[in-house]
Amino acid sequence: MDILLQQIINGLVLGSMYALVALGYTMVYGIINLINFAHGEVLMVGALTSWAIITNAQEAMPGLPGWLLLLVALVISCVVAAALNFAIEKIAYRPLRNSPKLAPLITAIGMSILLQTLAMIIFKPNYKPYPTLLPAAPIQFAGAVITTTQVMILAMTAVSLAVLMYVVNYTRLGRAMRATAENPRVAALMGVKPDMVISATFIIGAVLATIAGVMYASNYGTVQHTMGFLPGLKAFTAAVFGGIGNLAGAVVGGVLLGLIESIGSGYLGMLTGGVLGSHYSDIFAFIVLIIVLTLRPSGLLGERVADRA
Amino acid sequence: MHSFFKQNKTAAWLIFGAMLLVLPLLLQSAGNFWVRIADTALLYVLLAIGLNIVVGYAGLLDLGFVAFFAIGAYMYGLMASPHLSEAFPWFAQMFPNGLHSSVWLVIPAGAAIAGFFGILLGAPTLKLRGDYLAIVTLGFGEIIRVFLNNLDHPVNITNGPKGLSQIDSITLFKFDALGIPGINLGQAIDVTEDFAINSVTLYYYLFLALAVLSVIVCHRLELSRIGRAWMAIREDEIAAKAMGINTRNMKLLAFGMGATFGGVSGVMFSAFQGFVSPESFSLMESIMIVAMVVLGGIGHLPGVILGAVLLSALPEVLRWVSGAMDLQSISGGRLDPAILRQLLIALAMIIVMLLRPRGLWPTPEHGKALQIPAGK
Repeated sequence: MDILLQQIINGLVLGSMYALVALGYTMVYGIINLINFAHGEVLMVGALTSWAIITNAQEAMPGLPGWLLLLVALVISCVVAAALNFAIEKIAYRPLRNSPKLAPLITAIGMSILLQTLAMIIFKPNYKPYPTLLPAAPIQFAGAVITTTQVMILAMTAVSLAVLMYVVNYTRLGRAMRATAENPRVAALMGVKPDMVISATFIIGAVLATIAGVMYASNYGTVQHTMGFLPGLKAFTAAVFGGIGNLAGAVVGGVLLGLIESIGSGYLGMLTGGVLGSHYSDIFAFIVLIIVLTLRPSGLLGERVADRA
Repeated sequence: MHSFFKQNKTAAWLIFGAMLLVLPLLLQSAGNFWVRIADTALLYVLLAIGLNIVVGYAGLLDLGFVAFFAIGAYMYGLMASPHLSEAFPWFAQMFPNGLHSSVWLVIPAGAAIAGFFGILLGAPTLKLRGDYLAIVTLGFGEIIRVFLNNLDHPVNITNGPKGLSQIDSITLFKFDALGIPGINLGQAIDVTEDFAINSVTLYYYLFLALAVLSVIVCHRLELSRIGRAWMAIREDEIAAKAMGINTRNMKLLAFGMGATFGGVSGVMFSAFQGFVSPESFSLMESIMIVAMVVLGGIGHLPGVILGAVLLSALPEVLRWVSGAMDLQSISGGRLDPAILRQLLIALAMIIVMLLRPRGLWPTPEHGKALQIPAGK
């Protein structure tokens, strides 16, 4: 039972990070129908930027409290990542908006490789230890263990989601975003500027991804130029799982995926008598995805949309 | 000059063919390294032609194509390396000399198994719309790779991350009954005392033959009823259905046919390398093959071939150039040829797509509207 609770906690932490990244994918997809392959790399850039800020600041001002340092680094790297994602959209996706569908997908993949390579050149390819800034002592909780960082992750996710839901549902910008997602041309006729809405979407997505990236780094304690790839892939899976284009779906998909992954990898070895170990945890996501999509081709919460002719 | 080739298409083709035949002999005098690049380029041409059936003709975005490549490669690896005999005593007893399967058995088998997996993957994904399909196929590719990586216990089938080594090279035209030893592509043939056709060159000819065969098959497919059905599905699935096309079977056929090409090139790859490991079949490879198809000109065979050759050979050449310039010491260890190669591929993907969204050599759009006279 304790193991189960522990795996649930781990799964929730993992899942909330997937959810944050998945939101970025799903918002972009909802508005311009593009799988933004470079989104995972935005997470990586955010995490690496925060690492650079923290390690430099620790050297310059050793007395700074950890939480303050983390907060400052988070804010600065959010700005950097937002600027980056804004630029990516402007350079690589906007000129191709009316091109064949695969063209922006290829530039997105190209961007992803480019960012990874540049990060490797700038930050060198080795794994870098991410400093522990919050109290490391674990908290006992009904037989399971949870760290301060994990509590922070859950809290941050909840806050970010609340803010996002407020923005999307109750502000002018949110209304414009929903309108553009529904039908960009009609939205434009109603006075919405689609280009601005799309830029705003990319900026919001980058902020969410950076939050996830910084949390990921402080939870696992290392950063590297390839760190964005797998979370990005899983988060995209989560977005599809929940029904792409649907915000609530991304959250549900992300959390469920995190839970499935951690519970699955925790018990798989036990259930199969050690035949299948936790090495297989990375493919859970995909197996679940294939099953869900076979049974419900538009995802858990996705609407059944007929193909537009 | 130009008009000469226009009038004599046959002559142009003959000259082009002769150039392809002489190319490796010229390259091998510069070093086997160069022929190897040409070999790899031809393998990628095979893969890209196969993927073009799925992505280009039928319009189904497959991001896990490398899985079929892996299936073919591992199948040949298992059937022509000592691994199975080492892992299972009963197997060693059954085949005391090892199972050195002939290519004539392995190529059809590799094609069949890869095709089977293609249909297996296609069946549950038929209902999915484009982007969902992309992610499911991507997942399939990863699943195959993870299995290859971990199937070394409890039963050692794939030898895990260490991979399979000592894979036989291909021997052609061998007839034991008639006492004909055949041509072992793993060994150089001495023509005269100071001129030999190297092993890599022999592989080049084999790959070239396969590539030419695939081009012919694909070209015929493109012009056939099946090809037209695929393109109809690509353009508008509902309309295609209304025209009486069995879209389910056609999509499955596209998946199966595409996978077959992947399987055969996998067999070739593992015979050529003599070694396979899961590392060669990462998602990056799948993405590279998609990039070749799209960059070259989706659905257009000459374009696809151009894309495959460019993306596979050019970076290797650049790697050599940067190695010659000793880039590593100039940049203080931050840039090495492999990194530079990756950087250039990424830039090429972005820039080419921005400048030519339909690819470098796209299909001519015919029949869409009346030709507008020049000067209008």
